[in-house]
Parts: sequence; C-alpha cells; structure tokens
Amino acid sequence: MKYPEKNVAITGIGQSRVSRDAGVSPLSLTLDAALEAIADAGLERSDIDGMSCWPGDYQDASGMAPVGIPALQDALRLKLGWYSNCRETAGQFGAIFNAIAAISANLCRHVLIFRTMYQATARKTSFANASFQPGGRAFWPYDWFAPYHAYAAASQQALYFSRYVHESGIKPEQVAQIALICRQNASLNPAAIYRTPITLDDYFDAPIISSPLRLFDCDVPIDGSTAIILSRVDCARDTRNPLTRIEAIGSSMQYRNSWTQLDDPATQALPGVAEMMWGRTDLSPADVDVAELYDGFSFHTINSLEALGFCPKFEAGAFIDGGSRIALDGELPINTNGGALSAGRMHAYGQVHEACVQLWGRGDRRQVAGDPRVAALSTAGGPLAGCFLLVRDD
Amino acid sequence: MDDTDKTHAARSLPFLTVDNRDFWTGGANNRLLIFRCNSCAYYVHPPTTFCPRCESRDVGAQPVSGFGTIFSFTMNYKKWFPGLDVPYIIAFVVLEEQDDVRLVSNIVDCNPDDVRIGQRVKVRFEQASDIWVPLFAPVSDLS
Ligand SMILES: [Zn+2]
Repeated sequence: MKYPEKNVAITGIGQSRVSRDAGVSPLSLTLDAALEAIADAGLERSDIDGMSCWPGDYQDASGMAPVGIPALQDALRLKLGWYSNCRETAGQFGAIFNAIAAISANLCRHVLIFRTMYQATARKTSFANASFQPGGRAFWPYDWFAPYHAYAAASQQALYFSRYVHESGIKPEQVAQIALICRQNASLNPAAIYRTPITLDDYFDAPIISSPLRLFDCDVPIDGSTAIILSRVDCARDTRNPLTRIEAIGSSMQYRNSWTQLDDPATQALPGVAEMMWGRTDLSPADVDVAELYDGFSFHTINSLEALGFCPKFEAGAFIDGGSRIALDGELPINTNGGALSAGRMHAYGQVHEACVQLWGRGDRRQVAGDPRVAALSTAGGPLAGCFLLVRDD
Repeated sequence: MDDTDKTHAARSLPFLTVDNRDFWTGGANNRLLIFRCNSCAYYVHPPTTFCPRCESRDVGAQPVSGFGTIFSFTMNYKKWFPGLDVPYIIAFVVLEEQDDVRLVSNIVDCNPDDVRIGQRVKVRFEQASDIWVPLFAPVSDLS
C-alpha cells in the first residue's frame, strides 16, 4: 500500500472526567482514559503492545504534561514491542504519526496514545498560565519573547492573529462565531466545561486578553485525560467499533521552524500539512462530513478552515459569518463537542475523541445528522501543525 | 528611561550564549548587532554560523541601522502577574535591511493607541542586568 496510514485504524477511545478541579491525580485520570479506551476497542491490557504520546512527561509543576509513558506503562504493567514520546514533531498529532510508522514497521499492532493535562489544578498553586516568570531566565523557545513581557501562548498567538486580521480584513463579529458555535455545541455535551450559550454581546463584553484575542477566543485549561487505541487494520477487524481508518496524514514542515521567523504568521504552518494530506487521498474537502479543528485559540480554527480548503485563503470571515455553515446542522459542522474553547483544553485529543464519537453515531443530542463517515482534524500553533482524515469504512 | 514602558515587572531574560551575546549586548555601545554573511551579505537571524543562502561559515555580528517596520503587534491587557502594569505593546519588527529578520520587541515612547502595522520604528536600548534589551519607538517618515 502506497500510504501506510490507510492501514491503521482508531479502534477505541476513552476519556476521564474533565473538570476544573479533578481531586484525583493526573495518573489516575490517565488510567481512567486508558482503561476506557482499551475496553471500548474490545481489547485486553495484554493486547496493547505499543505506546505513544505527545509531549512526554514535562517533569514540572505546570500541569502541561504531568504523565509520561513510563508511569502509565508501569501502572498498567504493559509489555511493549515499541514505545516513544515525541515533542519536536508536527504538533500533538505527532504521537499518532509516529505510531502509524511503528505499526507499519511491524513493531506493534495496538498502540495506546494518551494526552493528560492538569493545568486547572496546577494554576491554583503557581503561575501555570505563564511560560516563564518575571526576572528569571528563559529557555528556548521562549528566549526571544521573554524580555518583552510576552508571557503566554496568547501573547505569541495574538501577534500572529493580528497579522491575519490585517491581511484578511476579518471582522470581530465574524471571529466571534467560532466561540459562539463551540458554546452552542457544548450546551448539548454533558461532559463540556462551559455549557451556557453565549451571545455576541457576551463575546464583546468579555475582556480583551491581548488584542485582537478576547477571552472567549482562548481555550479553557482543565484537568483531564483522553486516550485512543491505534491498531493495524487486519487486527482492527476483530475489535468492537466500526472500522475507522486513517485515510491521509499531513506531517510535513516546509517552513522555518521557529516561533519568531515562521514564514507566514498569518497562516502559520498549516498550508503545508494540508497540501500533504490532500495529496495522499482521492477525497476532497467537499467529502468531509464533520471537522474537528484545533481551537487552542479561535484563530487556529479560522486558519484550519482556510488551509484545509473549506474556504479560500483569507475568506474564512465570510464563510463563518452568522455561524450557520459551521453549526451542527450546517454544511460543515465544526468542533461538535464544544472544542477546547468550551469542552476544555485536551490539546487536540478531545477533537480526536469527538471525531470518533460522531463517526460511531454516539453523539446523542449533538450527533451530526446524515450518518457522517469522513472527519477532518487539525492541530495548529506557530510552527506546530498537523492534520489527518478519518474515514469509517463500513 | 521611556515613559510608556511602565510594566514595572522585571523583564525575563535569555541566557547569554556564544551565538546570541552580540545581539543582546550591542546596546551597551548603542548598536544593534545582527549576524551577517561575510561572503554574500545575507543577514542570518537568529544568529548562526552558517549562511543558508551561500553556505559560507564566515558569518558574524555587524551593526545595522536600527530602523525597522512593525509587521504585527498586540496590545496586551491581561495582567499575567501582580505588579504588571497594562496595557503594553508587543510587536514583531522587521529590519529595514532585510525583511525576513523578524524581532520580537515592545513599542515604547508613544501613545499605544497610535501604533499601526507598517509603522516605521527605530531601536533604543534598556539595560537589564547583563543584557541591553532592544526596544523600538515610532519615527516620522521624514527622520
Ligand atoms: Zn552567504
């Protein structure tokens, strides 16, 4: 087979309780997600012979990445043929892309992938919403930002987003539609963090974090864990869920790999990965039934809509104007669980979980009509970008 | 000291290295030093001892004019720490000499509400410990 990802399927998903105050340890949350994912696939612990994650244990108090592979593997007493974390890769999906390669190399058959965050609890005890502290010394990749009171991802992304607004002419009330639609979807998701719908007035009444980023353009730090099982297709046929293959991936990096020198801050690194993905499939944007697009900031979703070809470059404003096209009953439902903006910051794995929920018809009140079969997923943020297509085969 | 950069929180600083020392300390002599290829005159930033254009390894710090253009900016309102005075402006500035050299900076000595993308700016320096932090202020097109 020309493209090895087509020989890999997502066979199970799991998610812990997602909250602003877990009350249990990050490892406990991770076990909840992992055990649920293994059971959901119809597998046993002993079937899992690979593990992959992004970005590995940060070994700090930030809650950004409090659990790595060794802790989880040991807790579950797994015996593995292959395992690897990754941080310098195509964003959060790098863990999936690595697992595809490992499965294709016959190093393993069923790979447990997880992403755990503990930022809601961590930020109560530290300045966990900042990447570094006043008066200290900063390491890569913050060294060029550090002296300028650019403390958080929001500071960097506001610089990128500002350039996008300048070049595209998008209007604030159009940008707002991402947050409004996400919240509307979250109102139908009992597991979402914020479920009360918001209006355009609410959006504009909320504080500006760093212009043009407003509060509701920023995702919500949470405590929680998501896990998925990636399986070789011939082994996946015995599992419980409908066969759902990875149709194509975009893992390239064609630009300057730098948070300051990235070629085009207005589009970030997404155009290159999207071009790679569409070059590995006969499908086209019109075939996508549901899009789970990264929304660490609403700007990322806007970037993804354009880069993945759902609308032309710098025309997302018109595409999302009024919100009807991207609503649950629109032509391209996005972030159907409420996304990171309203369901919580699961760093793209919330979106992977939700894509499977939709393709497997488990969406309940937020289920997209018409038996969706094709999902598009993206991650974004500065030089980090990745995307893939998920297709239910039956 | 300028009037608009009143954040009152100590700047966080990079670690000085063999490669970045010229950039972060040139301000002691009121010079903005950027690595440049001695073979083909291409500016290489962040400072690196390899020219990606002609593959020369003969690359070193040279002073630039200090003029640049605001490529993008954000007005930060969020009080990330107690004692941080807001709002203040963070910007990407591209050098007049070569527009793919992009610096993060603060725009100072001006009314923040008047800052615009495309505005011409000039460097000035603020000492913090062993580092002279390059900052930029708007200049009129005639200066
Ligand atoms: Zn050269």
